[in-house]
Amino acid sequence: MKARRFLDESGVLIGLVVVALIFGALVGPQFFRAANLELMARQTVIVAAAALGMTMIIVSGGIDLSVGSIVSLSTVVVALLLKTHGPALAAFGAVAAGAACGAVNGLLITQLRVVPFIVTLGTMLLVRGAAKGLADERRIEAPITWLNDLLRTARDGRGWLLPTGIWITVALAIVVALMLRYTRFGRHLFAIGSNERTARLCGVRINHTKFAVYTLGGALAGLAGVMEFSKLSVGDPTVAVGLELDVIAAVIIGGGSLLGGKGSVLGTLAGAAIMVVIQVGCSQQGLPNWVQQIVTGTIIIGAVALDRWRQKST
Amino acid sequence: MAETVGAAPRFEMRGVRKAFGATVALDGVDFAVHSGEVCALVGQNGAGKSTLMGILAGALKPDAGVMRVEGAPYAPRHPLDARKAGVAMIHQELSLAPHLTVMENIVLGVEPTRRGVIQRDRMRETAAAALTELGHPDISPDTVVGDLSPAGQQLVEIARALASGCRVLVLDEPTSSLSHGDVRTLFDLIGRLERQGHAIVYISHFIEEVKEVSDRYVVLRDGRNVGEGVTAQTRAEDIVGLMVGRALGDLYPRSDRTAGDAILEVEALVPGSATFTLHRGEVLGIAGLLGAGRTRLLRTIFGLEPVKSGRITIAAYSGPATPQARWRQGMGMLSEDRNGEGLARTLSIADNMTMTRLESLGPAFAVLPTRQDAAAARWIDRLAIRCSGPRQAVAQLSGGNQQKVAFARLLHHDVDVLVLDEPTRGIDVSSKAQIYKLIDELVSATSDAGLKGPRYDSTVVGRPFQGRQKAVLLVSSYFPELLGVCDRIAVMSRGRLGPARPASEWTEHALLMEASGARAAS
Repeated sequence: MKARRFLDESGVLIGLVVVALIFGALVGPQFFRAANLELMARQTVIVAAAALGMTMIIVSGGIDLSVGSIVSLSTVVVALLLKTHGPALAAFGAVAAGAACGAVNGLLITQLRVVPFIVTLGTMLLVRGAAKGLADERRIEAPITWLNDLLRTARDGRGWLLPTGIWITVALAIVVALMLRYTRFGRHLFAIGSNERTARLCGVRINHTKFAVYTLGGALAGLAGVMEFSKLSVGDPTVAVGLELDVIAAVIIGGGSLLGGKGSVLGTLAGAAIMVVIQVGCSQQGLPNWVQQIVTGTIIIGAVALDRWRQKST
Repeated sequence: MAETVGAAPRFEMRGVRKAFGATVALDGVDFAVHSGEVCALVGQNGAGKSTLMGILAGALKPDAGVMRVEGAPYAPRHPLDARKAGVAMIHQELSLAPHLTVMENIVLGVEPTRRGVIQRDRMRETAAAALTELGHPDISPDTVVGDLSPAGQQLVEIARALASGCRVLVLDEPTSSLSHGDVRTLFDLIGRLERQGHAIVYISHFIEEVKEVSDRYVVLRDGRNVGEGVTAQTRAEDIVGLMVGRALGDLYPRSDRTAGDAILEVEALVPGSATFTLHRGEVLGIAGLLGAGRTRLLRTIFGLEPVKSGRITIAAYSGPATPQARWRQGMGMLSEDRNGEGLARTLSIADNMTMTRLESLGPAFAVLPTRQDAAAARWIDRLAIRCSGPRQAVAQLSGGNQQKVAFARLLHHDVDVLVLDEPTRGIDVSSKAQIYKLIDELVSATSDAGLKGPRYDSTVVGRPFQGRQKAVLLVSSYFPELLGVCDRIAVMSRGRLGPARPASEWTEHALLMEASGARAAS
């Protein structure tokens, strides 16, 4: 039983190691050099930050398709605020804008009783439109501040060992993981995702909890937007189209179930990393983009099928 | 009524036996229906009717026995087989596609086609013919089924059975979702089908309906035939007597109980037209048949469904109700729908047991898994739940053990009022006995009646039976259980709750008469 549980929880980590070893063998030892590992970590951060929120949402049996749009809105908000305010306030404003979008999702889902897929499909367009309107359909230049260094390599002295943005994401990952496992809010998310009627019978405040989880998810997407801005150094309302699918894929590869009640932060991070390893590995091996897409697609289906098969054999 | 002596029956079963593990659900049942006849199959809940229906419909395989349709052997392996052999079941829950039209539903699965293309004209003809045969040409084949009333939908379902050439029509509790007028129409329709030479099996526990609609009756009890006869020559009480006919065993422990303070008062509550008072140290039973509105009454009291009018007072609290308020006030509910509502099946035993009261398992907002497991382990031990540990998923447990997990939730919360909806449905006898014993211990625990109002002490975890006497509100369709466990019993019939009377004044027979409306029929 112990061994099985260990396997259940670490299956995706083993998958990550296997994928990394395969590409290590293909590309050569330089694949595991510190600089290359840091590069991959930097590439993982944006998806990973947004996927922290998505993990909570998927655990509760929901989904959020508006994540990509929130990221682009967030880059626009940072750029606009930087023109008149300091970088700290700009970053805070972007996260708040993300949280506001998430709150709208939460309100619509709980009050209109429309399923999350439909509500967030709508807000995906709404928020994208708002970002374009706010930016007047242009890229927004912004002054250079320390925000631009969030994801810059730590090898020239910035940050401690790794870029600051990675540390922020790691810290948040720990917070979210602890929250899911060790708080009432976390247990309630699992309860709602596993069986909403049971949660209701047990007096769980379903609407409050759902509102909170979508708001948190929005805030984390807002933070991912700040990182995206750091990478781009401009506010771009057309960026991160389809990012939500990468984010959802990370959660699913990491063992989350779209039926709810399942998912873990560690799994999600490993899922995000697997996709980046494939991407970086393919490009360093000189494989074209289409190979990378086919491999990633196979991994998504394979991971879920493997999970199914493992559960059936229990 | 057709003369049936000598003629081979349209359908018959001989010596059908079916066991689930150690439980024998059917023990050599014989049953036959002739053409042009309505045969009623009656029995209490748990008598084996649904198992018998499952076998008829091909959903279950009998362990022994033979079945014949018009003399030919009949051994369906799955529901489609049954359908092909001409045995059509009309269930309580209709199986129509609500977004399709009447005619699409009627020919569903046997659509008339020419080279793969559906012939809508022939489809319409078939549907119209079936509806006319039923005496309802007023229903248009082009209506979307979801727009029809429940009665209309049932008609479409019957039309579908006729259109597929059924030889035996089985109606399972067909009036449960119908209004009074629609029941009338259905009975006329059954009479019409009978005259057309159809063989009809009518399953019900409403004796008044059986008296009215059937030619013959067959009574099942504990999986055996206990009697049959011509309906017109039998009194309603005699049929009820056959259905009951059993003495109470020692399954139901009963220690000395003394009713204490009133803890739950319900006044003129709608839905349910219910007025009653529940005291500490008392088990109040609500008897009734499926569909009588008992579950709705409990759900309304617990805040899961809206109160239309009336008042619910729990000790000092009244006013609006929500499940979270009820738990806080010291009331907990066990759902009748264990899989759909009672338990979060993919979560662990510990999560399920402690879900209502996580705040006692760690500082501030935290929930410490170790304390969660410790609390759960206590109940696993106390209720002898068979599992590999507190972290095992509930879905992997047997039905009886699952029910004990659901029950343990109320114990962990240390509620004062336990609202139990069919607490022993679908569980084995030993788990049943344990639950009866538990209920008895809860209401007869050492009294500490000086305190008033429900207590909600978040620091005390897993300490049952030591506090004051609990109060139990128990709904069950199984009357021996009610008589064995309850102090007082009220009967619910057709959505109305009658007055509560001491259990000693009731008999199984009287409960069944009251619940099935037989009193009105005879």
